[in-house]
Amino acid sequence: MTPDRTATPASPRTLNSARTPNSSRWRLPVGTSLTYLSLLLATAVVLLPLTVVFLTSLKTSQEVKDGGALSLPGNWLNLDNYVTAFTDGNMLMAFGNTAFILFFSIGGTVIIGSMTAYAVDRFDFRAKKLVMALFLIATLVPAVTTQVATFQVISGFGLVDTRWAPILLYMGTDIVSVYIFLQFIRGIPVSLDEAARLDGANAFTIYRKIIFPLLKPAIATVVIIKGITTYNDFYIPFLYMHSEDLGTISTALFRFKGPFGAHWEAISAGAILVILPTLVIFLLLQRWIYNGFSQGATK
Amino acid sequence: MTETTDTAPRGAAATRRPSRDATHKGRGRRGPRRGPGGGLPRSWRHSPLSRITPWLFLVAPLALLITFTYVPVASMVSYSVTDWDGVSPDREVVGLDNYVQIFTRPELFRVFFVSGYYLAASVVQIAVALYFAVILSFNLRFRNFFKGVLFFPYLINGVAIGFVFLYFFQDGGTLDSVLAWLGVTTDHPWLGDPTSANVSLAGVSVWRFTGLNFVLFLGAIQSVPGELYEAAQLDGAGRWKQFRHIIAPSIKPVISLSVILAISGSLSVFEIPYIMTGGATGTQTFVIQTVKLAFQFNKTGLASAAAVVLLLIILLITWIQRRLVPDDKVDLV
Repeated sequence: MTPDRTATPASPRTLNSARTPNSSRWRLPVGTSLTYLSLLLATAVVLLPLTVVFLTSLKTSQEVKDGGALSLPGNWLNLDNYVTAFTDGNMLMAFGNTAFILFFSIGGTVIIGSMTAYAVDRFDFRAKKLVMALFLIATLVPAVTTQVATFQVISGFGLVDTRWAPILLYMGTDIVSVYIFLQFIRGIPVSLDEAARLDGANAFTIYRKIIFPLLKPAIATVVIIKGITTYNDFYIPFLYMHSEDLGTISTALFRFKGPFGAHWEAISAGAILVILPTLVIFLLLQRWIYNGFSQGATK
Repeated sequence: MTETTDTAPRGAAATRRPSRDATHKGRGRRGPRRGPGGGLPRSWRHSPLSRITPWLFLVAPLALLITFTYVPVASMVSYSVTDWDGVSPDREVVGLDNYVQIFTRPELFRVFFVSGYYLAASVVQIAVALYFAVILSFNLRFRNFFKGVLFFPYLINGVAIGFVFLYFFQDGGTLDSVLAWLGVTTDHPWLGDPTSANVSLAGVSVWRFTGLNFVLFLGAIQSVPGELYEAAQLDGAGRWKQFRHIIAPSIKPVISLSVILAISGSLSVFEIPYIMTGGATGTQTFVIQTVKLAFQFNKTGLASAAAVVLLLIILLITWIQRRLVPDDKVDLV
């Protein structure tokens, strides 16, 4: 929990290269071929279920009925199921809703988290310990348990079945991001604040013009982990947004179960449509994602 | 305002960051000028405007925190001693009756046994993750590819995973086809009976969550400086000894964290079984049951009591972990 933890993005690489010259003496604990065999087996276990679903999404319904699960599609460019998923499955609307929720809940989380971290780290005030304790204890309360009562709060505000219910909940119950910001803000020298203050800047200007821009790496981490968890969340939209036209990608995909029944080719296309953006983001931002999630989980 | 807030954080900083260079120098120069008191300058406490400055930043975060965490917890406890249905204006206090029901009605209590499957699965999950983290901390060919493949399932949408594995376990689905290809013909309905269904669903959760544990372990192993291994080798330590004395202590905090996440995770399983079986054939978990009680059967009182029990169990486990494994990091260098 030291401030240096924020420096981890670079460290695994340097350590690695430090170890490389020695690698000839570093033999693997198990025989090398056995090691690779276990890795290949794990790769197969991970990729096979996904590949089969991808293949199924390209098949016609006749092919799904006749061929086995491992058979190949007749036409590799058969995108009919994707069209069906988009038009009959309301996926377009779902992507729109998810984007809307993502935009506001991530923006809110970043502003709220960084403001909290700034106030707690840079000011000394009575009840500071109490405020910290409130945030700390809240990390122990799993959101999954309190929804019975949270529902009544949201319904008291009249927000059930609106997109603002999940936005407020994602924004208001994210304590992990407060910790990520807090951790990072400790590494920003206070002398910067002081210099600005001597130039006549007030607390808000310092937050907006100095602290916030310097928090960029922490903001990136929060945006990535918050983005992926929000995109994948099923529980909250499932509980709070029942209307047909308020589906997020999770709930819209879940609704495939009814109308498409045994039409596995359409369900598969829907699943692949949902997985694809995640895959693209993962391939582009790998290093950030590893670090973000390990930071998020250990806080 | 500028004058007063100027000095306040520096005073705070003095106590908190004795080791940071930049602030250290600045303070060294200015410290004596502040007078013998040394602590916070008087003026700071007297200016009402600067005293509320931190609260201006905290008002929105605290409002959200209290509204969506503390109010629900408090009202959940108060609902749990009533027979409220969640809609009607009147409710009656029934005392601890709801709690008694949870622990005495077998159909309500049974869900705790389902958690056992997921708990066992998380042991497998941690072991598998540890194995791959250790071997991938060496320089292997395609290391990043394997790392990516092992981690990716953790990022996939839960509903998509549910559907992928519904097809996987389906009659004539992926699993049956692979087994047939290997020469094993089976018409076992994987999600057909409680034991098999729970084992299958727990298997899906291993598939989904191993990646996170793996990346956490790998990060911890790689944070050990390389020279440490070299020094150990020079001292004649074998591979097992290196694992035992260098790798194991460095990942101990992460393992203890994973154990906690695993226990609270296996008590609060919801997505995968709800999406795949809807809680049918004996796969109902604690959270599925609570959600059904609250939102399908309108038994808000009983559901709140169930949620309070789950919350208490999770708090208890966290407390035990904090007692067993102190939070400080193992210092190696």
